[in-house]
Amino acid sequence: MKELRLMKGNEAFAEAAIRAGADGYFGYPITPQSEVMEYLMAEKPHERTGMVVLQAESEVAAINMVYGGASCGKRVLTSSSSPGISLKQEGISYIAGAELPCVILNVVRGGPGLGTIQPSQSDYFQSTKGGGHGDYKLLVLAPSSVQEMADFAGLGFELAFKYRNPVLILSDGAIGQMMEKVELDEQKPRWTEEEIIKNTPWATTGKTKNRERNIITSLDLDSGKQELHNISLQAKYREMEKNETRYEAISCEDAEYLIVAYGTSARLSQKAVDLLRAEGYKVGLLRPITLFPFPTAIIAKLADQVKGILTVEMSAGQMIEDVRLAVGCRVKVEHFGRMGGIIPSPTEVVDATHKKIIGG
Amino acid sequence: MTEEIIIAGFGGQGVLSMGKILAYSGVMENKEVSWMPSYGPEMRGGTANVIVIISDERISSPIVNYFDTAIILNQQSMDKFEKTVKPGGLLIYDPNGITRHPERKDINIYTIEAADEASKVGLSKVFNMVVLGGYLKLKPIVQPEYIHKGLEKSLPKRHHGLIPENEKAIAKGKEIIKEKYLLN
Repeated sequence: MKELRLMKGNEAFAEAAIRAGADGYFGYPITPQSEVMEYLMAEKPHERTGMVVLQAESEVAAINMVYGGASCGKRVLTSSSSPGISLKQEGISYIAGAELPCVILNVVRGGPGLGTIQPSQSDYFQSTKGGGHGDYKLLVLAPSSVQEMADFAGLGFELAFKYRNPVLILSDGAIGQMMEKVELDEQKPRWTEEEIIKNTPWATTGKTKNRERNIITSLDLDSGKQELHNISLQAKYREMEKNETRYEAISCEDAEYLIVAYGTSARLSQKAVDLLRAEGYKVGLLRPITLFPFPTAIIAKLADQVKGILTVEMSAGQMIEDVRLAVGCRVKVEHFGRMGGIIPSPTEVVDATHKKIIGG
Repeated sequence: MTEEIIIAGFGGQGVLSMGKILAYSGVMENKEVSWMPSYGPEMRGGTANVIVIISDERISSPIVNYFDTAIILNQQSMDKFEKTVKPGGLLIYDPNGITRHPERKDINIYTIEAADEASKVGLSKVFNMVVLGGYLKLKPIVQPEYIHKGLEKSLPKRHHGLIPENEKAIAKGKEIIKEKYLLN
């Protein structure tokens, strides 16, 4: 029987990271994600599993500690909120270039700049279209509940090591701060040194006589080799698209209208779908769980079935671009959202669906 | 059954912990729950509020704009949340410090003089539990045994000695809650 607790999203993520057998957490405090490190510091995982928890001198230091830990084949993670994640972008690009596994949590707050400490979803472009420099992709998971905050810590490590790629968990202030019931997995043991050597033959675990040395770098001044490296990265991203696309389709079977929303917006939209169905309108909700890879195929399929699509995002409309790419010009795709840390109410979503899709 | 509640007052009145104990009691009774706080600068010395939802079904949105019950502990919160109670819903407030009393005629209104009563009997620290008791008298959405378990889970072990005092405060709340305006 799994253990049942009432926890904040931030705390659930922290506890789940310990239980996933993480070796190290490196972070720097920022609202609304400070509970991640607060929880880890209070929980003293070095006494439970030997996991290191370190408050770095800055976000830049934290992400480079992640680079170092990951280079040695360790399961390492960091977390921050939007302005802090911006500071980490150089390191994230290097980690993606050096093909290292790690988990990064962004508990998004409103921007631009220091913005606000209230929830937002305005980091979609940063998360899915680059963020740092160069042609790279993060595998992006978007939790919409405290349970998924816990589940995606473990899943994040699994995928990060499967693809040797950073995994970004794109959450927001609402999911980080709210408490829900959560079932926690049992403690997984951390990898032993022998297991690390066996599972990460690419890592800098100390050269032995029977293999070449491992070099961890994102630099190759030979353009020919650098292009080959880029081609292999792109092939890896296509593999992720093939194997790792995740979504949840709610009430889509008979839907005549569709809402597409992730994270907190998906929760609001689910309530809006219930309210609209009670009014007699057949509305469905498609919730992308991975933002890269994006669930393009299912949205393209639903576009043949529905009369209109509304994307609901706490931003000026970012994911809508990917929805429009999936749909082409077959049906109308409109955006509804609030910005600057305002969470729309489910009835606002209902009104927008009427105005922009059903009546429009 | 789904009960959507807003609890609102000053930071420091125990608004968030009242919500947490209620939510944890719901977890113990195997219900679905969510607890969505206001956070940030408005908590520090200003107003604090939390939305608690307890349901037999999966909770769609943890954020709603109309409530079955509003528990209101200061004037700012009265101004903000009186209008958010669903028609036929319930508003409970502590009249201490309230200068403009609720005026709606389409909801049930109760008062609980929790601040006064709690200080009279030396329970000031558990004032919020007096309020919770009043609410549970009107809407026993969680059974008393689960409230006990909820207290055990919400309070750190070193404070478990305070559980009887909390339960006394809950009982006091049940005694002193009063009708103010009732629908027919």
